[in-house]
Amino acid sequence: MQDNLQSSSYKELEQKSKYTNMFLRWFLYFVLILFASYFIFPLYVMVVTSLKTMEEIRQGTLLTWPSSLNFDSWLVAWGGRGYGAGDTFLRPYFWNSIKMVVPAVFFSTFIGAMTGYVLTKWRFKGDQWVFLFLLFGCFIPFQAILLPMARTLGTLGISNSVVGLVLVHTVYGIPFTTLFFRNYYISVPTELVKAARIDGAGFFKIFFKILLPISAPIIVVTVIWQFTQIWNDFLFGSTFSFGEAAPIQVALNNMVLSSTSVKEYNVDMASAIIAGIPTLIVYVLAGKYFIRGLTSGAVKG
Amino acid sequence: MKTLKIEELSKNFGTTEVLRKINLEIDEGNFLVLLGPSGCGKSTLLNIIAGLETINEGNVFIDDYNVSKVEPKDRNIAMVFQSYALYPSMNVKENMIFGLKQAKTSKEKIEEQLQKVSTFLQVDKLLERKPSQLSGGQRQRVAIGRALVREPRIFLFDEPLSNLDAKLRVEMRREIKKLHQQLKTTVVYVTHDQTEAMSLGTKIAIMNHGVIQQNDTPEIIYNKPSNTFVADFIGSPSMNLIKGKIIHNSNNISFIADGSTLEVPINNYDFKEKSDLNNKEIYFGIRPEHIYFKKLNEDDFDINLRADLSEYIGHEQIVTLDYSNQEILAKFPSTIKIELEKEMKLYFDLKHTSLFDFNTKERL
Repeated sequence: MQDNLQSSSYKELEQKSKYTNMFLRWFLYFVLILFASYFIFPLYVMVVTSLKTMEEIRQGTLLTWPSSLNFDSWLVAWGGRGYGAGDTFLRPYFWNSIKMVVPAVFFSTFIGAMTGYVLTKWRFKGDQWVFLFLLFGCFIPFQAILLPMARTLGTLGISNSVVGLVLVHTVYGIPFTTLFFRNYYISVPTELVKAARIDGAGFFKIFFKILLPISAPIIVVTVIWQFTQIWNDFLFGSTFSFGEAAPIQVALNNMVLSSTSVKEYNVDMASAIIAGIPTLIVYVLAGKYFIRGLTSGAVKG
Repeated sequence: MKTLKIEELSKNFGTTEVLRKINLEIDEGNFLVLLGPSGCGKSTLLNIIAGLETINEGNVFIDDYNVSKVEPKDRNIAMVFQSYALYPSMNVKENMIFGLKQAKTSKEKIEEQLQKVSTFLQVDKLLERKPSQLSGGQRQRVAIGRALVREPRIFLFDEPLSNLDAKLRVEMRREIKKLHQQLKTTVVYVTHDQTEAMSLGTKIAIMNHGVIQQNDTPEIIYNKPSNTFVADFIGSPSMNLIKGKIIHNSNNISFIADGSTLEVPINNYDFKEKSDLNNKEIYFGIRPEHIYFKKLNEDDFDINLRADLSEYIGHEQIVTLDYSNQEILAKFPSTIKIELEKEMKLYFDLKHTSLFDFNTKERL
């Protein structure tokens, strides 16, 4: 009797928990879809607007679908209209940005890896202080260093040049890249370095042959981080460069804000998307390593 | 010629003294185990021998040559680490020949060494594998192989078995012993596991707080510990240390435990110094395995003790006894039926006792 009673009440509980779970699941999907649309909405507006003609934009609403696939505004944004003065378009500045971002990402990542390696595997007296000061660099408001940096670039003779921007971004990237690599290498057993030293490998050989080959996850993280930071940077770009040497974000701003005639929303949107595409590509290509690299410890021998 | 000699070696990290005036010598072909609790400085000492750690004072000699300032790679040593420290990005073969390649050994010689060692250690089928594709035992073997191919004068092992599970540990222990028997290379081996130390070492140096407490053969360390630290550290369960004092009248020397009136004769004990013994406060040390249930020797001392607790561990049992309010342990075969809370007649094997000064903790 007692047993029967219990088993029937268990059945009831089972039923109840089934309904609760179902409800929670649907609620979860609802919330997820809500947030996803919230994030996708602006992108939708951008893409749709960039494909419309000005006529359509004036007549329709923000959400209306374009009447045809019209890439004219993209071509204008990228290559201009073809007449001389006052025609700003993104192509030269896009290449400026590429010429800035590739060396800056490479150097800051490489130097960060080296510094992280030294700070964890070749400890020296006062190394914590060095690390502390490097961390300082992560928290310094970049507005504070604009003037001294402008002076420095002037003295070096590389102000208003891509080289100057590479230097600035490399220098201010090092605190972050060092932090990444240090935190990664600290979980790599130091015994690896000891073994390599006994095997006769020196400072650089250990770095290139032993540590770098197992650093892929953190390299991906660093590259994504640095690429996004440098590509999207506006402050340094607008301060230390103008005219021909400006990176794409500065050019985008000039294009959108300084047009004297009618506002061409379709061209503006197309330009904004073009300026954002490279970071998107980097994320798509390497994104799955990003989380893995951020969370994974080292590969244990 | 000593294969390895350490002279008045001191080391400190900042203000923390890690090693204090270490003196150590190893003859060719010996297997020296550095044994001690964690933080006793044994690993630091090994790193110093390897050249991975600098020295504050003293010298290290290998084959009578002062290597104190010589780079690790030029010391003619090889080391096996606790975490194996195999290079994760290289396969087994690359791991094993990395050192030889650094030393610019000829291709033929490298190939020959690799062949010899990998067959010897039975890893010749694994040469193309990455360390992550190996089991713990295989990794250990590869790590040993990496050390072997260099044909070093001295092998250094830093707790090489600590990462293995209990069963594999015993197997690998036997293999290391076999390896040493076959190769007869000098070995310095660091561990905190006394069973490993006892079974592997031809010599054991027991360390505590950066000082070598005793350096001798396993037999002497077990039977004649030089102080209470060694007595307590070696043996499982460790040696009973019964506090009491010595009564020395005319020709009779005996021990009386605190709170007891029973005189235990210690006439035959091999005292270092026989004078000034009367009323000396001491520890009377006897191992649990030297308390018998049956009289085995003519001069075994019979004593009545109360059993309080019995722990069954399969082939034997560990019985907690009360010796005038001091807890002592005894090890009996598990076939013997012990009645708890009752006095029973037991026998102390007086040939296997150790006496320590209560104040200095040193062996008398």
